[in-house]
Amino acid sequence: MATPILQVDELHKTYGRGATRFDALKGVNFEVREGESLAIVGKSGSGKSTLMHLLALLDRPSAGTVRVAGRDAGTLHGRELNRTRNRTFGFVFQQFFLTPGATVLENVILPLKIAGVGRAERKRRGLAALAQLELDDKARNKSSDLSGGQKQRVIIARALVNNPRVIFADEPTGNLDSATGAVVEDILFELNREQGITLIIVTHDEELAARCDRRIHMRDGLLVEERDELREEVAA
Amino acid sequence: MKTVDVIASAISNTFRSKTRTILTILAIFIGAFTLTITTGLGTGINQYIDETVAEIGADDVMTVTHAPAEDAGDGPQEYTADQVTQQAVGPEGEQSLQPITQADLDEIAAIDGVLSVEPVKQIDADYIQHADGARYRINVGSFVPGMQVQLGAGEQPDATSDALQVAIPVDYVAPLGFDDDAAAIGQEVILGLTDGNGEVQTVTATIVGVSEAGLGGAGASASPNTALTDALYEAQAIGTPAGQADQYGSATVRFDPDSTPEQVEALRASLADAGFESTTLDDTLGTFKTVIDGIVLVLNAFAIIALLAASFGIVNTLFMSVQERTREIGLMKAMGMGSGKVFGLFSSEATYIGLLGSVVGIGVGMLAGTAVGGALSSTLLADLPGLTLIAFDPLSILTIVVLVMGIAFVAGSLPAARAARLNPIDALRYE
Ligand SMILES: Nc1ncnc2c1ncn2[C@@H]1O[C@H](COP(=O)(O)OP(=O)(O)OP(=O)(O)O)[C@@H](O)[C@H]1O
Ligand SMILES: [Mg+2]
Repeated sequence: MATPILQVDELHKTYGRGATRFDALKGVNFEVREGESLAIVGKSGSGKSTLMHLLALLDRPSAGTVRVAGRDAGTLHGRELNRTRNRTFGFVFQQFFLTPGATVLENVILPLKIAGVGRAERKRRGLAALAQLELDDKARNKSSDLSGGQKQRVIIARALVNNPRVIFADEPTGNLDSATGAVVEDILFELNREQGITLIIVTHDEELAARCDRRIHMRDGLLVEERDELREEVAA
Repeated sequence: MKTVDVIASAISNTFRSKTRTILTILAIFIGAFTLTITTGLGTGINQYIDETVAEIGADDVMTVTHAPAEDAGDGPQEYTADQVTQQAVGPEGEQSLQPITQADLDEIAAIDGVLSVEPVKQIDADYIQHADGARYRINVGSFVPGMQVQLGAGEQPDATSDALQVAIPVDYVAPLGFDDDAAAIGQEVILGLTDGNGEVQTVTATIVGVSEAGLGGAGASASPNTALTDALYEAQAIGTPAGQADQYGSATVRFDPDSTPEQVEALRASLADAGFESTTLDDTLGTFKTVIDGIVLVLNAFAIIALLAASFGIVNTLFMSVQERTREIGLMKAMGMGSGKVFGLFSSEATYIGLLGSVVGIGVGMLAGTAVGGALSSTLLADLPGLTLIAFDPLSILTIVVLVMGIAFVAGSLPAARAARLNPIDALRYE
């Protein structure tokens, strides 16, 4: 069997110390295979975002390991860590907004600029990514002038411009109306199907979670079996 | 991220918050402006002194006299038995220095480090006259090859020419009957002097230049070239007792212009051993320049204080900007931008603000300095022609730009370091 793109082993994350000490993750184990789509669901405060940040190597676990394509991420530092994030991951986070004063194209090519791609090549790939999201006519507009759904599409364009292997999305449709949300979802699943990009989506939305190949359910910093969840639903 | 992209991004970020940036630039502008003016003042005055130095004499030359027969100091002189004889030896009653004779010249020429030695031929002219015009009293300066008078028109008297050439002071142009400075060039003048028999001798010379009065004073007297000096001296020596004409008050020694100060000092020591006293140009002007440099230093210190105050403006501006862009920085770091590049981004922004402030400050400073300097030299300082009170040389301008950018960089490094320390998680949790 091929090496999983992401693999976590006994993952612990503790915030604060002393009286304010809080165990957000208490030993999480699972794997993500390349090309699959995975939903992380669970109640608010159950540790979904925390887990996603650890998977995306944005934060370091208190204990346990994250492996990216078989390699222990704990051994990655500095330049190597930066390059891994730049080349492997794309982010669709609410918090990672667009720079309002800059144009749509400038926002989209930011990962390429960071990667050190040349000017002409950046522009070509940026426009191609925008074209894929049917936003190429907005390339020269200021990003602050776009609608909410358009902004979210620009964020997706930015996430895929560097041909990542994994796209992380935290509540990608949270701020959008259901019609626009559906468009954004379609785009993400199309990328998953046609380009084989692995999708990891944190969501409260049952329908979105149901469209994923697989879902993991979190409760109080632990994964719960799907069976437990079903039983829960039956009980409710 | 490539370095050019870091710099380009920093430059475009500079004007994201226009008002704040412009206010910061304004603060730096004031400092750079002040520094430009004060430095310009130093440059102007020192340039003037340097020109004056060339007027007083060349800088590879020293004036040599006999050392006083006895180092008497300031106090009363002690009586010695041969004192009377000593006084009798002097060329004139009141002069206690022995004259330089041909034998002395030979002795000096033999000293190691002396390239050549020339007696200073003291000329006592009585008058100057053009054509049949009125006669005016005039002093004739002693010409040292390499010396440059400050010219209003024409050129320097040519030391190597056989023609009898003279540069006359600008004050004499109108009285001698010339329409303007340029009209005097190429005209002949008659210099009159009294010889040893008490009779008037005249020498006719061609005007090659019109000199302006400088600090050195050479511009106030007629400046002859070597040929004219010799001709005047010869005329003056007619009728003097044999031997007396070959005695001079002082001599000029030339040395290697590339000499180190130590080598010059060694030469002076050898001269002293042989019983001669020497004076270089630095002795004459050194103290003067030291005072000017001191004043300029104090003025510059004020300008630097203004710049330091401005640098706190940079610190503040960038801290606010780091605060505002916390999420953006987090995003860039999440996308794999290294801490070093983030530091570079913010410190380039600070340096760019410094560059803008210094360029604007220097530009306005140069305009204002030139205008004020020009106004002053035609009014308050009209007596010192040739003085540009505030002058600018490219090197000191460049130094100011680099200095201001350096200060801005240092000021920016604090906020830049904070930005570099941020991590993506801080940005994600930032509200
Ligand atoms: N920096 C932190 N310091 C202290 N506690 C934290 C910190 N970050 C998260 N937590 C805590 O960890 C727990 C998990 O947080 P997390 O953001 O992962 O929840 P979530 O499942 O994403 O919730 P939501 O669905 O509301 O986004 C929460 O109880 C939160 O208070
Ligand atoms: Mg969350």
